[in-house]
Amino acid sequence: MIQQAWQYMIEYPDKLLGWTWQHLQIVLIANAVAVVLGVLIGMWVSGKGREQIADGVIYGASILMTIPSLALFGILMGVLYAMSLPSIGMLPVVIALTLYGLLPIIRNTHTALREVDPAMIEAGRGMGMSGLQLLLRVKMPLAVPVILAGLRQAMVMNIGIAAIGSYLGAGGLGQPIFRGLANYRKDLVLAGAIVVSVLAVLTDLVMSGVERLVTPKGVRIGRKT
Amino acid sequence: MIRLEHVSKVFSDGTEAVKDLSLEIAEGEFCVFLGPSGCGKTTSLKMINRLIPITRGKIYINGVDTQKRNVNELRRDIGYAIQNIGLFPHLTVAQNISTVPMLKHWPRDRQHKRARELLDLVGMPPDTFMDRYPSELSGGQQQRVGVARCLGADPPILLMDEPFGAIDPITRHKLQEEFLKIQERLQKTIAFVTHDIDEAIKMGDTIALMRNGELIQYADPAALLAQPKDRFVRDFVGADRVLKGLRLLRARDVMRLPKLTIRLRESVSDAIQLLEARSRSWVPAIDDDGRFVGWIEREDLETSSSLTDALTPAVSTAAPRTPLNEALSMMLGSATGSVAVLDDDEHLVGLLSFGAIRDVLALDDESEDE
Repeated sequence: MIQQAWQYMIEYPDKLLGWTWQHLQIVLIANAVAVVLGVLIGMWVSGKGREQIADGVIYGASILMTIPSLALFGILMGVLYAMSLPSIGMLPVVIALTLYGLLPIIRNTHTALREVDPAMIEAGRGMGMSGLQLLLRVKMPLAVPVILAGLRQAMVMNIGIAAIGSYLGAGGLGQPIFRGLANYRKDLVLAGAIVVSVLAVLTDLVMSGVERLVTPKGVRIGRKT
Repeated sequence: MIRLEHVSKVFSDGTEAVKDLSLEIAEGEFCVFLGPSGCGKTTSLKMINRLIPITRGKIYINGVDTQKRNVNELRRDIGYAIQNIGLFPHLTVAQNISTVPMLKHWPRDRQHKRARELLDLVGMPPDTFMDRYPSELSGGQQQRVGVARCLGADPPILLMDEPFGAIDPITRHKLQEEFLKIQERLQKTIAFVTHDIDEAIKMGDTIALMRNGELIQYADPAALLAQPKDRFVRDFVGADRVLKGLRLLRARDVMRLPKLTIRLRESVSDAIQLLEARSRSWVPAIDDDGRFVGWIEREDLETSSSLTDALTPAVSTAAPRTPLNEALSMMLGSATGSVAVLDDDEHLVGLLSFGAIRDVLALDDESEDE
């Protein structure tokens, strides 16, 4: 059976590449939006006196994650239809993946900013840094690696969920899987599944490399010793 | 330079951390805020650079009300060092030191030059340390960088919250000595918080002793030790306050001029005659150039053919600037119970004896009883 799947892969590489590209596009767009929104929300809820808001937001985001993806797609279709926006195709899928991606990013941003050593913050403020300078020059450089770990988690998860998005006509690597299931074509199902898995593993590898790259040198040295 | 007028702090939970505190720190003065934990010393310090807002009262720096200034600009003009240092781990030593110059938009090369200067000042070779990261430094080195950083933009005022608190005693002692030397040169106006009475006595020109948010006694270290205002101060400075006070005095303050010396080349019989005539059991000996070489004791003379034979070399000698506590411990190890005080050319300029020290301490005791 694996041979058949392999056969399919070498016979129709252009088709698979097309689906893969569609798949990546959906995931990248959704996570780009999620990272911008998630970091902004995370920074905001980490502010002074917003502990309760932070708890609420993180709780809300984790509830969101418990909604099964098919159900969320359904809900979004309804909402988009009511707003007379395209309710099938890429839009509902991108929105759903964005929502799923928010939790790990908000949570990691929040945790990273909260865990900055209070002595550093006191020293920074005592030397006359404004709140924004403290955030951009001290807290964020230390938080970025942790935030990226959240993004990595979100991307790997979304690569899996995006496959289901093919149901809504969003394209991507769900196509061969669903088509194969409908037509008793195990080779198609397997080919799609293999490529999705490889994509997830590769993304994980690439992102962990990026994570290492953005970790400030002084912090990296500190971890080794 | 720094003036606190009826300053109070009431926290939102109702605790009154500082009660009606008024004091003035003169320009170039090293003022130590001392007291047990929870006495309000750190709160007082942090109200000066407005890290903690004042509830009542006013703080003036050079006559300007600190409330009237932009808070970040105010802080950039005041050096700030804390016990936990708070170095930024993602920045190099040089970048850490340049924090305030960077905030003040100094040109790059000036920041760089200043960082080198400051590393030299705190005894860390710039070529070795400029580009290191805090995690590559020992605790003592990090503390030095912390001190260098608070001097970054050459502020006239420094606020220091137990800056030498978190390091081992030997390194702490060394850093204290070095910092005093730096202060001698720079003459900053310093507010310094500690709970360590020994550190306060050693470092401070004045000590503000606090308890429960109140200023109990504001005096120079000698006065605090000699004339504790009440039971609390007396207990806080400790039962050994007389010994602590010795550290504040120097050999030159109590030494007596040597009335009698003998040259080594003189004969044994001359020496015996001299000692008998003055009914003394010992005499300091000097060589032909007038340098102090040791002691001649009466009991050694009988069995010696020359004074060089009879000479007991001095185990240790003091300089005029030697603190009396050190001189006292030399005295305890000296054969004659005396310590010779020598100038830089090893000429005898004075003698220290138990009697001389006792006289000084007795004087202090009298003043306390008044």
